[in-house]
Amino acid sequence: MSHDERPVLLTGNHAVAWAARLARPQVVPVYPITPQTPVLELLTDFQAEGHFDAEIITPESEHSVMSACIPASLAGVRVFTATASQGLLLMHELLHYAAGARAPIVMANVNRTVASPWAFWPDQTDSVAQRDTGWIQFYVESAQEALDTVIQAFRIAEQVLLPVMVNLDAFYVSHALEPVSVPAQARVDAYLPPFDPPQRLDTASPSGWGNVVTPDMYNRHRQELEAAMGRVPVLAAEADRDWAERTGRSWGVIERYRCDSAATVIVAMGSLCGTAREAVDALRDAGQAVGLLKLRLFRPLPAAALRAALAGVDNVVVLDRNHSPGCGGVLHQELRAALYGMPAAPRIHGYLAGVGGINVAPERIAAFVQRAQAEAPQPHSEWVR
Amino acid sequence: MGPVNTMPSLTTSPPRSDAPLLCPGHAACPGCAEPLTLRHILDVLGPDTMAVIPPSCMAIIAGPQPYSSLRIPVYQPTLEASAAAASGLRRALDAKGQHDTQVIVLAGDGGTYDIGFQCLSSAAERNENILYFCLDNEGYMNTGAQKSSSTPHYASTGSTPAGKTSRKKNLLEIMAAHGIPYAASASIGHLDDLRRKVQKAKAMRGLRLITLLIPCLDGWGLADDGALGTARAAVECGAYPLVEIEDGVRYTLNHPQRTRPVADYLALQRRYRHLSAEQTQALQAEVDEGWARLQRRVAA
Repeated sequence: MSHDERPVLLTGNHAVAWAARLARPQVVPVYPITPQTPVLELLTDFQAEGHFDAEIITPESEHSVMSACIPASLAGVRVFTATASQGLLLMHELLHYAAGARAPIVMANVNRTVASPWAFWPDQTDSVAQRDTGWIQFYVESAQEALDTVIQAFRIAEQVLLPVMVNLDAFYVSHALEPVSVPAQARVDAYLPPFDPPQRLDTASPSGWGNVVTPDMYNRHRQELEAAMGRVPVLAAEADRDWAERTGRSWGVIERYRCDSAATVIVAMGSLCGTAREAVDALRDAGQAVGLLKLRLFRPLPAAALRAALAGVDNVVVLDRNHSPGCGGVLHQELRAALYGMPAAPRIHGYLAGVGGINVAPERIAAFVQRAQAEAPQPHSEWVR
Repeated sequence: MGPVNTMPSLTTSPPRSDAPLLCPGHAACPGCAEPLTLRHILDVLGPDTMAVIPPSCMAIIAGPQPYSSLRIPVYQPTLEASAAAASGLRRALDAKGQHDTQVIVLAGDGGTYDIGFQCLSSAAERNENILYFCLDNEGYMNTGAQKSSSTPHYASTGSTPAGKTSRKKNLLEIMAAHGIPYAASASIGHLDDLRRKVQKAKAMRGLRLITLLIPCLDGWGLADDGALGTARAAVECGAYPLVEIEDGVRYTLNHPQRTRPVADYLALQRRYRHLSAEQTQALQAEVDEGWARLQRRVAA
């Protein structure tokens, strides 16, 4: 292992922009939206200063951003973009299109409430609502993790030819200043070889993408997409392990925090995990066997890793900072599905905590744990504050 | 009977260098002017060309998988995204140093005047280096002939059975108002003019747009051999003037004489069969008005 430069203070957004710069994308279509805009602005600053040699496109909408990303990627160049909330929703049609085209685009998404009514607060409904689009999805907890994950995302995307979305919570991660170690360019170059796909849009060997196919061809295409998704957990773990060897930083596909012999385990994604660590520490200090399972890779859902990590646990407390009307918390339902049929399966409690960006304090999380231990689990998610 | 012959090879031999870039056996309707138009466009542009083709008649002509009627790379985007997709493709080629490869769009009028207009306006504002062809058959013909904002006044379509109540959008002047280097109309009925315009646009940089009138046998209600004659009549009566607009300001009228009344053109088409004499006169007046405006622009 070698050592990086001394950490500097960066917001999550600026850490994302640094990661994008270090990954050397050649085409960057991007549209401004709160709270993602600082990513765009730092990238254009980098370019203006001569440090970022990418074709930056500034179309009239996020829809056109993603529309430009896909054929650029299919032409064989590395593509990056960033968005949030309504922008991600406007891209929805193209998210499916990108995955279907097997375009390894990397996109940062700042998780923000979706309208209406208008709001700008941390809430992951925007991206969990895209879980069926064929994008690999990561959720990060800190600015450093955002930087490292964007770089890892390019490696994974280009190995399986699927797009990757790196999600960071509005403001808690996107705007909070934290010490971030920015790796040297040479270190990233050694980790991330130039993108050189075997097939591309090329006048030297004319072929195309998008032609109408038969039901059989479509069916086989979806099976290949599924097989590519199936390779992701192992490749994501490998990408993380290699990164750790080069930088000393590892984040895991899932992270088990103080889960040894835990009777109750909190499961969460993104910045809620930072708060949950505080709650776990306090509960452990009080002699309670409580841990945290941080889900970093949400799509594909690493079900085998979740089942292994939660075997023998009495109570699982799922904290959802998202809301699917008529379903409840998406992570709650995903956990119920992933653990269904396990011998001596844990009791799964789903709490809608932090929806709309309301604050979730460590002592409230401790209270949710007490409640879960005292109550029978419900099939639906419960609103908590 | 002798022994069975060797299996036919599934690999095709490389095309002759002079082979047309649009192959025979494509899926256009018999008698359609669109493949004929495309053949001449590609003949002028040559093989160092990539096409963006949204859902449209042209997408049908280009496919289906695993076949392609085109000997150039084709990317089929979503219907509303052609100019944005072409921008992404253009910039990727630029990033790779392939500045001379032409990125063209082959879109219909629905994909251009209507759902694709927002991103086309944005690409024009950025003056992206793409050559955009609008194959204008004045409606959603691929879905069975419904009105688009390119459908002319009074024309009957599947969604305007009693005749359209509003005029055709003036795409050319709207695009010219963006100040793009080249906006032109052309028609397969005037082939030399069409080929010259494609050649001229090929030599320019920036966003170039050429609209091409494609009379639709089924959607317009034409005789099976009526496409070319109708295309000529559209120009000759002034309903579809052949125009070039450079840098948004320099207007040239390429077929400056009107040689027949609009009624001649309407009579060729079933979509106008319901017109009253007053409506025919009103259409003639609209064409006269448009012609006078063009004359003023040319003189300015």
